Amino acid sequence: MKKSYQSLEVNLTNNMIQVIYRKLTTNSLRFGFVILLAFTTSLSAQDGDSAKGKSLFNANCAACHTLDKKMTGPALRNVEKRLADDEGLDREWLYAWIKNSAGMIKAGDAYANKIYNEYGGAAMTAFPQLSNEDIDNILAYTAEEKKAPVVVETAVASGDTDADSSGISNEIILGALAILFILLASGLYLVNKTLRRFASAQNIDIAEETKRKPLWKAFVQNQFLMIVVAIFFLLASAYFAFGYFMQIGVDQGYEPVQPIHYSHKIHAGDNGIDCKYCHSSARTSKTSGIPSLNVCMNCHKSIYEVAPETLAEGKKIGVDYNAEIKKLYAAAGWDDENQEYTGDAQPVKWIRIHNLPDFVYFNHSQHVTVAGVECQTCHGPVEEMEVMYQHAPLTMGWCIDCHRTTNVNVKDNAYYTKIHEELSKKYGVDKLTPAQMGGLECGKCHY
Amino acid sequence: MSSNKKYWKSVEELNENSSIVETLKQNEFVNEIPTDEFLGNKETLEETSTTRRDFLKYVGFSTAAASLAACEGPVVKSIPYVVQPTEIIPGVANYYATTIADGFDFASVLVKTREGRPIKIENNALAATNGNANARVNASVLGLYDSLRVQGPSKAGDSITWSTFDEETGEALTNIAAANKDIVLLTQTFASPSTSKLIAEFGEKFGNVRHVVYDAVSESAALDAFQAKYGERGLANYDFSKAMTIVSVGADFLGDWQGGGFDSGYSKNRVPDHGKMSRHIQFESNMSLTGANADKRVPLTPSQQKQALAKLHSLVVGGSVSTDLPEHINEALQKAASQLKKAGSNGVVVTGIQDVNAQTVALEINEALNSKAFDKAAPIKTRQGNDKAVAKLVTDMKAGTVGAIIMSGVNPMYTLPNASDFAEGLEKVDLSVTFSLKADETSTLTDYIAAAPHYLESWGDVEIKKGHYALTQPTIRPLFDTRQFQEALLKWTGNDSSYHDYIKEAWGTTILGGSSFNKALHDGVYVGTIATETQDTTESESVESEEEVTPPGNAARTLAASVKSNSGLELTLYTKVGMGDGQQANNPWLQEFPDPLTRTSWDNYLTVSKADADVLGLVNTHVATGALNGSYANVSVNGQEPIKVPVMIQPGQAKGSVGLAFGYGKTLGLKEEMQTGVNAYPLYQNFNNVQSVTVEVAAGEHEFASVQLHNTLMGRGDIIKETTLEIFNTKDKKHWNAVPVVSLNHVETPVTSSEVDLWDEFDRSIGHHFNLSIDLNACTGCGACVIACHAENNVPVVGKEEVRRSRDMHWLRIDRYYSSEESFEGDNDKKDNISGLSSSLSEFGEMESASENPQVAFQPVMCQHCNHAPCETVCPVAATSHGRQGQNHMAYNRCVGTRYCANNCPYKVRRFNWFLYTGNDEFDYHMNDDLGRMVLNPDVVVRSRGVMEKCSMCIQMTQKTILDAKRDGREIKDGEFQTACSAACSSGAMVFGDINDKESKVAKLKEDNRMYHLLESVGTKPNVQYQTKVRNTTEA
Repeated sequence: MKKSYQSLEVNLTNNMIQVIYRKLTTNSLRFGFVILLAFTTSLSAQDGDSAKGKSLFNANCAACHTLDKKMTGPALRNVEKRLADDEGLDREWLYAWIKNSAGMIKAGDAYANKIYNEYGGAAMTAFPQLSNEDIDNILAYTAEEKKAPVVVETAVASGDTDADSSGISNEIILGALAILFILLASGLYLVNKTLRRFASAQNIDIAEETKRKPLWKAFVQNQFLMIVVAIFFLLASAYFAFGYFMQIGVDQGYEPVQPIHYSHKIHAGDNGIDCKYCHSSARTSKTSGIPSLNVCMNCHKSIYEVAPETLAEGKKIGVDYNAEIKKLYAAAGWDDENQEYTGDAQPVKWIRIHNLPDFVYFNHSQHVTVAGVECQTCHGPVEEMEVMYQHAPLTMGWCIDCHRTTNVNVKDNAYYTKIHEELSKKYGVDKLTPAQMGGLECGKCHY
Repeated sequence: MSSNKKYWKSVEELNENSSIVETLKQNEFVNEIPTDEFLGNKETLEETSTTRRDFLKYVGFSTAAASLAACEGPVVKSIPYVVQPTEIIPGVANYYATTIADGFDFASVLVKTREGRPIKIENNALAATNGNANARVNASVLGLYDSLRVQGPSKAGDSITWSTFDEETGEALTNIAAANKDIVLLTQTFASPSTSKLIAEFGEKFGNVRHVVYDAVSESAALDAFQAKYGERGLANYDFSKAMTIVSVGADFLGDWQGGGFDSGYSKNRVPDHGKMSRHIQFESNMSLTGANADKRVPLTPSQQKQALAKLHSLVVGGSVSTDLPEHINEALQKAASQLKKAGSNGVVVTGIQDVNAQTVALEINEALNSKAFDKAAPIKTRQGNDKAVAKLVTDMKAGTVGAIIMSGVNPMYTLPNASDFAEGLEKVDLSVTFSLKADETSTLTDYIAAAPHYLESWGDVEIKKGHYALTQPTIRPLFDTRQFQEALLKWTGNDSSYHDYIKEAWGTTILGGSSFNKALHDGVYVGTIATETQDTTESESVESEEEVTPPGNAARTLAASVKSNSGLELTLYTKVGMGDGQQANNPWLQEFPDPLTRTSWDNYLTVSKADADVLGLVNTHVATGALNGSYANVSVNGQEPIKVPVMIQPGQAKGSVGLAFGYGKTLGLKEEMQTGVNAYPLYQNFNNVQSVTVEVAAGEHEFASVQLHNTLMGRGDIIKETTLEIFNTKDKKHWNAVPVVSLNHVETPVTSSEVDLWDEFDRSIGHHFNLSIDLNACTGCGACVIACHAENNVPVVGKEEVRRSRDMHWLRIDRYYSSEESFEGDNDKKDNISGLSSSLSEFGEMESASENPQVAFQPVMCQHCNHAPCETVCPVAATSHGRQGQNHMAYNRCVGTRYCANNCPYKVRRFNWFLYTGNDEFDYHMNDDLGRMVLNPDVVVRSRGVMEKCSMCIQMTQKTILDAKRDGREIKDGEFQTACSAACSSGAMVFGDINDKESKVAKLKEDNRMYHLLESVGTKPNVQYQTKVRNTTEA
């Protein structure tokens, strides 16, 4: 959902501050509603373009540094000011450091060596390709003020307002109609009652209806109808019983709550991470493999929180993504403060969604690597799933349908060359299905 | 028409107003029945408002509710690694080369691991020496998951920590060293250069250290003979692939003789190639695996063996000895000698007689022949035990001069004949430590049990043969809090490095000579160019000279003269293929493994010849269920307390001799189910495997669990086809391997012809078509395939009682047939000459019993994967069906258990799950505990109760091979397709492959003249082929 922001510039202390308004209801006014964004130009020293600086920072520095948090390297917010105030180092020092830190350490620069030792003897990569101007821009970016934290309640409140503003919901229409009907019914009843009272007051006899045999009694006495209905009910219940029994063990749509709320939508959808980056064994093994936590930590070592917009999105469905990342850290035994593994890991007990019975042999690599089947063919639109669920029924009929209709991917595969040639001649077809290659034989999957 | 008559039961009913009648109408019984009282607590029952009917309602409701709830699937958890090791991909197997060296079995093997769990042992093709796993080595993986392993160090039964252990033992050792008492290391044969070095260092540190090497089943005589002759302690190595004439006097070289591992070389020359094959003559007492494979087998008693060997020496080398051998043995010896002389350097003589002179004689004959198969330059190092040193140790212990004894890999309280002396001595020792996997007979008596790791969790190195090295590496992190003996030695000597580093360093300096350690570790084996001198602290020198070894040349005479005449029976103690020296007695696979010869599992027994059994009144009978029962016999040596042993009448057992296997009768450290058989070690006096015994019939009847109850072929030549080399070379195929014919319009037509076939033929020429060829000439019956099949296919163990009911689950069995005449040919002749009813009744009856010295044939039988399978047509639910690749599929989840298929199978290879063997406490084997289940192969489903199962021709393996090729985008080469059995077969008897690949080995074998199908006349067109057995009966 798009949120509109309005900004106006306010001069506060030394900085220009951007204030963002949202459409606010009176209710939410009592919560803090001001979102502050740090904006450009520190008053000290030379100017730089912080926008350019941001992109340079993300391209070159972000692998090891963030603005506000110690990671592989130190936090860089107001680094220049900090160095000037604490160490008395000027921008020239920074130029030299960034372009060739190893040289400075070798040359015996005191602060350079101090930093080098503080961060476990890991020398910073040299960036000789950065010009002084680039560094100025980066420093400008680092000199920006920190954003005020996003006020959560605002988002929730605004979510509500958004829902209201989207129009009168169906429930309300239905509710109104229901009230209307109740009013109507009670009105009619009252009218009827009044009329009767009038009638009795004026001694008018209302002709009693002659007692007729009730419909249900007539129905019960009609044997033919009864038999027809009984047969109908038997057939219907047989139909539903069959349906019920056939769905036993079929868990299509199974969507359990996982110990960590992992959003495939964010990872595979929004960020477009390839499925096989995490589920790497799908290429070579029978199982696709649930990624081990070190795979998560490849990225989440530096992604310790989500973007404020994403966070707000999550709040709407009741998920605090940052808290989920904390859960990951706890499981992997990652101490975010000190940027180190504590060794106290707790493996995550995921709830398995796709459960094939033990008597079925299924191999991912056969389908992923050999056949080149997209993951989505069986697993559905995973990149749109906030919570993972079972898309396919995973029944034998479902498997076989696909084996009957899909063509075998024989291209550039020397294994298939001979057999494809012979079989396609035998069946008189251009392309073979797995079924024609013997893919329907019991023993191919059951052993 | 109904009657209006009124029936009355008593006079009282005539009285209309009788109160009694009224009461009885309401209450059936006049007096109230005290239900509440006999049901239990009267008061509580009266208080409760729940009636019987209510109770039933609740039960009904809760049952219905429970069954409805059961329709919900369970929640399955998946727990990934926190940090996934880079070498592990879940679902993909990793292989590691390692070496088993448990003191009895030494073999370089590959270990298949899945998700970090070792699940199967396979042969290491890179190994030049002992690269083949026998049945026990194949089964050894299960020992890792033994639920009775000791899980940490303990002192007098209480568990302690390793630091306490180090502290206390370290101090004790220092004190003992200071008191100048002996410190003894009593170990198995390690044959490990690093361990020897380490023990030497340990000796330097503490002084007074003695290393006594003890083999439970001794080869001391052969070692002494070799040492006396060649100056090095080792066993002569034999390469039977270089021998065309093999004469064995009492050597079971296809079994465990000199450590085993000779079968693959032997089998190479057993297959007729260009009209030639080796000739094998066996002189022996017990019917051994080797004797069963011989072309000519001469049964004779152990004392006659000595004479025979001496005589053979005189015939081949010269000189004269006086013997009193019967005429037929003399004749056989003369023929053997002339054949040996003719063969010259292609001949070889081996002997298993545990006598220094006998071993010297064998070495001399081979020297005289200049035998190519005989190798004295690179002797075998896997037996180093010294009987005298062990005997001296026991004496010293009793004398109280031994201060500390540290044991590893040995269980003397079980294996020593004088175990009570050892126990007595142990009490006088100040410090006793056992490194053991189990709380067994010995370790429970020592002060400390140091929990030892399984070999799959350990580091190690072995010099199997001089210059032939192998490495042991862990394939799993230790399951328990264990420490290996060598690590402890390192601690005691104050060395902080790990044993791995120690080996690496030792190899780097002495063995590798610049080669890469990592490559050696990867290969598991390394053949060195420089032979290293490993200096043992073994006491061999000091006790060596006690008994003078007879000078060469005189050995034969001394040997012949050493034979004392005695009246009693001669007992030969032997090791069974399945149990060996008994280390793995708690292994259910091995317990259920049927002995190749007696086909009996879960037991050892006294093998007696039919003639002796008749004299002694010993019988074997079949009971109503068909199972085998046998008498008991009391066996005693030198008037000792007799032991009661069940009796098995063994065709081929030499008259006047009996046999008994080691390895059974353990009582501690194993499950109750595995406590089978009797302990034969008390009879192993003076480490001599031949003993003079008295045998008497004892009361009672023993129940055997035998899987083959009919022992003879009855002349049915279409099961095992057999011919002699002479006929094979000179006559046409139709004489010795004729295809059966049927009459079609009075014309004899081969059954393989499509004209006489009732079935439609399917086109199988496209894609793969798997065939398995089994060469009856190369197959020695060793049974490695049986265990490999167990491990690969999660075959359950059913226990002795169920085996007795013929409910064994082996997917692959090795049938053993005896001839009822002197030879199978004789059987055929006899059958063909039967005419008339009376003759057929009596003669067929005679053919049911095996000959006194029968010919033996082994035939591995698994599902034959018939192209025209009788089982498939009778399955009412189509649970078994045929695949295009030739495999007969079995969909377990479809099977409803009618067992029609098993009834209709002519080969009787289908097995029915009578119980849920994985979840039934009555079957307390490995599949019933979580630890044991770790050995299960995750690619093969575990079958549940009520389901038929059978050999799948390892479809999971063929499918994997295909998938690997598809993934790599390449064609499949011959030899890539394997089944568990063909991969385990070291003799080359089983060849598996794709017959649509015309260049493949199996396709060529299919066209071989020797090829036939089992029960070809039935017309099932199996995909398993057999190669006719050819015997080399050519007498010189």
